[in-house]
Amino acid sequence: MGVFIAQLLTGMANASALFLVASGLSIIFGVTRVVNFAHGSFYMLGAYVAVSAIAMMPGPFGFWAGILLAGLAVGLIGLIVEIVVLKPIYKSPELYQLVATFGVILVVQDLSLIAWGPEDQMGPRAPGFKGVVHILGQAVPSYDLVLIVLALAVLGGLWVLFNRTRAGVLVRAATEDREMVGALGVNQSVLFSAVFFLGSFLAGIGGAAQVPKGGANLLMDFSILASVFVVVVIGGMGSILGAYIAAMLVSVLQGFGVLLLPQSTLVLMYVVMAVVLTARPWGLLGKPEAAGQAGPGVVPEAPMRPMRLPGRLFVLALIAGLALLPLMGDPFWRILATDILIVCLFAKSLHFILGTGGLVSFGHAAYYGGGAYVAALAVSHFAAPMELALFLAPLGAGLAAMIIGWFCVRLSGVYFAMLTLAFAQVLWSIVFQWSDLTGGDDGILGVWPASWAAGSVYYYLVLVLAVGGIITLNAMAHTPFGYALRAGRDSSLRSEAIGINVKLVQWAAFVFAGAMAGLAGGFYAFAKGSVFPNEMEIARSFDALIMVFLGGVQSLAGPITGAAAFTLLKDQISRFEYWRLILGLTIILIVIVLPGGLASAGERLARLIGRTPRNAEPAP
Amino acid sequence: MKLLKMLGVVAVGAATLGCSVAAFAADTIKIGDINSYKRAAAFSVPYKQGLELALAQINAAGGVLGKKIQVISRDDQAQPGEAVKIADELFSRDGVVMITGSFLSNIGLALSSYAGEKKHLYLAAEPLADSIVWEKGNRYTFRLRPSTTMQAAMLAEAAAAMPAKKWATIAPNYSYGKEAVAAFEKALKAKKPDVQFVTEQWPALFKIDAGAEVAAIDAAKPDAIFNVTFGSDLAKFVREGETRGLFKGKLVVGLLTGEPEYLDPLKGEAPTGWIVTGYPWYDIKDPAHVAFVDAYKKMWNDYPRTGSLVGYDTMKSIAAAIEKAGSTDTEALVNAFEGLNVATPAGKISFRKIDHQSTMGAWVGTTALKDGKGVMVDWKYDDGANYLPSDAEVRAMRPQ
Repeated sequence: MGVFIAQLLTGMANASALFLVASGLSIIFGVTRVVNFAHGSFYMLGAYVAVSAIAMMPGPFGFWAGILLAGLAVGLIGLIVEIVVLKPIYKSPELYQLVATFGVILVVQDLSLIAWGPEDQMGPRAPGFKGVVHILGQAVPSYDLVLIVLALAVLGGLWVLFNRTRAGVLVRAATEDREMVGALGVNQSVLFSAVFFLGSFLAGIGGAAQVPKGGANLLMDFSILASVFVVVVIGGMGSILGAYIAAMLVSVLQGFGVLLLPQSTLVLMYVVMAVVLTARPWGLLGKPEAAGQAGPGVVPEAPMRPMRLPGRLFVLALIAGLALLPLMGDPFWRILATDILIVCLFAKSLHFILGTGGLVSFGHAAYYGGGAYVAALAVSHFAAPMELALFLAPLGAGLAAMIIGWFCVRLSGVYFAMLTLAFAQVLWSIVFQWSDLTGGDDGILGVWPASWAAGSVYYYLVLVLAVGGIITLNAMAHTPFGYALRAGRDSSLRSEAIGINVKLVQWAAFVFAGAMAGLAGGFYAFAKGSVFPNEMEIARSFDALIMVFLGGVQSLAGPITGAAAFTLLKDQISRFEYWRLILGLTIILIVIVLPGGLASAGERLARLIGRTPRNAEPAP
Repeated sequence: MKLLKMLGVVAVGAATLGCSVAAFAADTIKIGDINSYKRAAAFSVPYKQGLELALAQINAAGGVLGKKIQVISRDDQAQPGEAVKIADELFSRDGVVMITGSFLSNIGLALSSYAGEKKHLYLAAEPLADSIVWEKGNRYTFRLRPSTTMQAAMLAEAAAAMPAKKWATIAPNYSYGKEAVAAFEKALKAKKPDVQFVTEQWPALFKIDAGAEVAAIDAAKPDAIFNVTFGSDLAKFVREGETRGLFKGKLVVGLLTGEPEYLDPLKGEAPTGWIVTGYPWYDIKDPAHVAFVDAYKKMWNDYPRTGSLVGYDTMKSIAAAIEKAGSTDTEALVNAFEGLNVATPAGKISFRKIDHQSTMGAWVGTTALKDGKGVMVDWKYDDGANYLPSDAEVRAMRPQ
């Protein structure tokens, strides 16, 4: 009995950090529709600033003042990020902003390393709360009780703010219907900034309050990010109370999971999320996404047209250039081009559901890594030849996409994104844990191409099949199936009315995109000779998202441009010591200068020289 | 305008890099170094400093074979695929004669597979996974540090001498943690058949739920705990365990816990009385080691960590191998590495011909507090040679 009480209280204490960060993310998303990937970075900054501030101000007053100061400082940083980075791009296509916040993550990581050094920072204990309280014979740290109270106080404070003040009512109104609030004369710009300050402040306090539980380290940002998304989604986007309940649920279950099933630490949270979202697609306390919640002033996308002759000639020239690449002296170009072709196919497959279908998947790496694993397992367990392994890769990934897609396509918008993430994580943890089959994180080694396909031959194999896959995906967008998919994206109601089975079309597209990602993954396995769970992790899914958005979601050439640019940039920049800083700043700059993505640069250029590729192009 | 500026910065940077490469191109022997310089900075920054110290000493003494050595260090972004790509680039474009480095076991494994396939030489400096030299070993891969099983066996030997019977284990939920627990259980049971393992805890790496883990271990009522957590997980586990009185009256044995990388951030809260492997650099009085510490402090204005020693020994081993081979030909280097003897600050080590594992050992001791800082006392150096599998065992494990 006592043990259960102890685990319950521990879980509740852990929930408080999760709740503080998640509520901030939820408020920001609710009002601005920005999925802020950098929210974990704000949490990390909160912890670092608090450790430094408390070190400078000794004594009990200094401790609590330090925590508050950390919150305010991080709120200010969030405000600066919003004004400098996000304001210029609110009118970009929905979710484009997440590319910018990804850039912010990179910048914060390197700046923190410069400012605080590589070593972990141990935080001081909270004055007055260093010991334990005995509850039913169990020692419960008194600081845990402080955290529980803090979370409740913040919950109460936010309730008062949102229900009893005008500013709070405006925030709620904006969450419900932003355009209407704007139409009623509320200054949206100020509202967005205020919300960002509040959200970042909460994340900062959340990080600072963790200082007595361990301190600050450079991996905090990513380690909390996934859990925070999970909590926000289980609770329902935009719902504060939902985030509180979800944080409690996840943390308390985690506590009992440790007690009853110690091996479950990697997967439990995602299983809970998958179950909740399957049963309640909008989270515990969330509401279905209202129509018309795209970014303010977003122009509906122009219809896509097949490429004209100059474009086709350009593509042909590009392919011819790639075919001649191995003749150049330096074999590294061939290796780099292989990598780029593979990620192009991967990004293109994501774009097929994301751009053409409007289905934003946060877990596309599951199929990429899945394909890589199918190929590697075929080689390592059945001694399959490379040809068969490469054939099985898309099949296996497609099968996974078929099962997962069946659950996911019933959802839409950000809930769809999160359910794909949850399933991807479940798959990842299976691969990670089932070491007898997959080798766990020691991976599968020795997956090298057949002897006839070594060197340049493998490059040509990738070139032919990747380009073939990309062309197929492009062509699909102009088939009746592609039209149906786009129709479902633009108005699922009208599509249903004219007899399109929207969900079926989306499911088929999901499976097809998964299979193509699997093919890319299979190629990757043979290019590197080994496969590790890293190819299925969240970071890989994010990479694909960044490539697609960076290139431009509204253009069929976007993902190719984005994937090539991102990979080349990373390859060139990663030679420098502070490459994350440079890469992050570059990404942010590209996003601000080219709000339509890299591919839009080509279209701008085309307009400048008088060749408008789209006659229905809206003004930028 | 901003874009132009940005491009300018990148261009200048690229040009600088290009010039520095060109300036070195003549008459140097290039070594590629791949490590997780960002994701595992706490280890890899001292590693690089140690490596550069050795490099400076070697080049000041005239280099090897009459040429200076140049090291090209690259960040692998903690991604095995990235590491393989960089290895390709280092060999095909930069013309390195061999590669070294890596912290994470999976990257070490990816690089060893690459080395075996492409017939390039790879010296795994840090990664601890047993399989790098045994189950998945190959002709072109060597490893410097004692593996997980070797270090766990050293600790099991110390633990077997204690009365504790009921053990709990806590280890990060990935290969390194699992391998360490399995090796420790096996070694301890071999020495003391009546021990019992009452609970195994597996927190996710760097996401430990310390309160819940401590309560779960406490509930199993062990007399001893085997700890494999490190880094921020260790800090949280220690703090929560101290607060809740978990360690009171219990024997705790910690793998790597005594390494300055992990012990020093705990400052005054470093646990006392734990039996650990680590690196008591402040107390090792052999003249060679004192000289190493002095030179390191002089060059970096900082004290060495375990990573520093690993980096230093890595560079020294490479130079010794090139000297012995008399050329930079890969096959000649592999032959030179087999049975190579290297004088290190901690004594002579050799790379075994049969499995390519070096005999570098580890220090086993007890933690204590001194001047508000965690240190190791009553330590001894366990020579790795005594914890390596026999030739027959190696032949059974290692692909021939």
